[in-house]
Amino acid sequence: MPLIRYALAVLALVLLATAGVAQDALPDRTSTGGAPTLDDIMARQAQQAINDADRRANTGLPEGAATTEQLGTRGGSSDPDSWRALRFDSADITTQYNGPAAGVMIQDQGMWWVEIREGILLTWGAWLLGGTLVAVALFYLIRERIPIDGPKTGRTITRFKAAERFGHWLLAGSFILLGITGLISLFGRKVMIPLFGHESFSTIAIASKWVHNNVSWAFILALVLIFVFWVVHNLPDRTDLKWLVKGGGIFGGSHPPAKKFNAGQKFIFWSVILLGGSISASGLSLLFPFELPMFAPTFATLNDFGVPGWFGMADLPATLTPHAEMQYAQLWHAIVSLVLTAIILAHIYIGSVGMEGAYDAMGSGEVEEQWAREHHSLWVEEMTAKEAAPREGVKV
Amino acid sequence: MKVMLLSFLAMGVISVVAFFGLRDYAGFSAAERTTVGQNVRLD
Repeated sequence: MPLIRYALAVLALVLLATAGVAQDALPDRTSTGGAPTLDDIMARQAQQAINDADRRANTGLPEGAATTEQLGTRGGSSDPDSWRALRFDSADITTQYNGPAAGVMIQDQGMWWVEIREGILLTWGAWLLGGTLVAVALFYLIRERIPIDGPKTGRTITRFKAAERFGHWLLAGSFILLGITGLISLFGRKVMIPLFGHESFSTIAIASKWVHNNVSWAFILALVLIFVFWVVHNLPDRTDLKWLVKGGGIFGGSHPPAKKFNAGQKFIFWSVILLGGSISASGLSLLFPFELPMFAPTFATLNDFGVPGWFGMADLPATLTPHAEMQYAQLWHAIVSLVLTAIILAHIYIGSVGMEGAYDAMGSGEVEEQWAREHHSLWVEEMTAKEAAPREGVKV
Repeated sequence: MKVMLLSFLAMGVISVVAFFGLRDYAGFSAAERTTVGQNVRLD
């Protein structure tokens, strides 16, 4: 038995050593004099790792330079040496502007980002938004406008006060502007340049950037406002389960009881708060480039909890270059925004053409009492009881 | 309707204030700042 154990140990050592040699072995680049070979180029295009340790290290030897008159100003470093150092970000350079990442002249590690940004992000984004619009249109064709079932009373009940509606419209207005300008930034090159040409798109893109950068503050402020106004009414409770079991009464004609906000509205609220908050955070990171890195610390925290392992993934990179931080922030910002836009499209539909009487809640703030009794029966009971109860401090 | 228009007006005011407040801050991406033409020295 001990003999077998020793044999296995030796075999394991040999295998490990072989693997190590295979990994460390430098490709033969004699045919190109040390420059990238065709195999290198093909491997890089296929997103495969290349062993280019020799090229990374080959950035000149200033101290080994002979002191002759023929040498250039950089002594033992030739132009190719310097370009290699720039290419692999190991050049010792000084720049006039000392901001973060100013010394990074070439950042070719970002090709993965360009490919996603110009590829699946656009394709999936278009499918997501297009699919949502089609789904909403189909829903309208099947269900038509949801009417107020019972007879209208002619009486109204105050659904939202002016401050609440102000917060909602500030959020809605800024979201729509940010959505349109964001889509122009994301899809403009592919969609608008072929339609309008480079010069026209340049003007549109510059205007979109201005609007997107500056309107963002109104969105963040409104997000805080609606959170403060409505968080208490959006805490989950048992009525949400009953509402969900009955599918919100969308099909079947019943009206499950609900408080001020039903489970569907609570889903919208928390989507706006959480996704909107995440969009704001990544947006701030993009507004102040290189100053608010968020992904490396987030990845490190996720690694600490072992989250990547839950999905069979290796640890996420906890050290990122400044440019990589921005690339992650841009992708995250765009993906989460597209998801929230799809949710909001459904919200706009049901709050306007999809349901009779729903728009009044945010339009005038006053809703038909029958509408309120059908969709928010528990809230109407609560409001009625409050009105009937003697006011605090007033003797009856 | 009035509240909606008021909120849109507020959005415009916030945007303009943000623009004038941040345009001189070099770290703001909307600031007119470029690295093109800056001197880079190889030491």
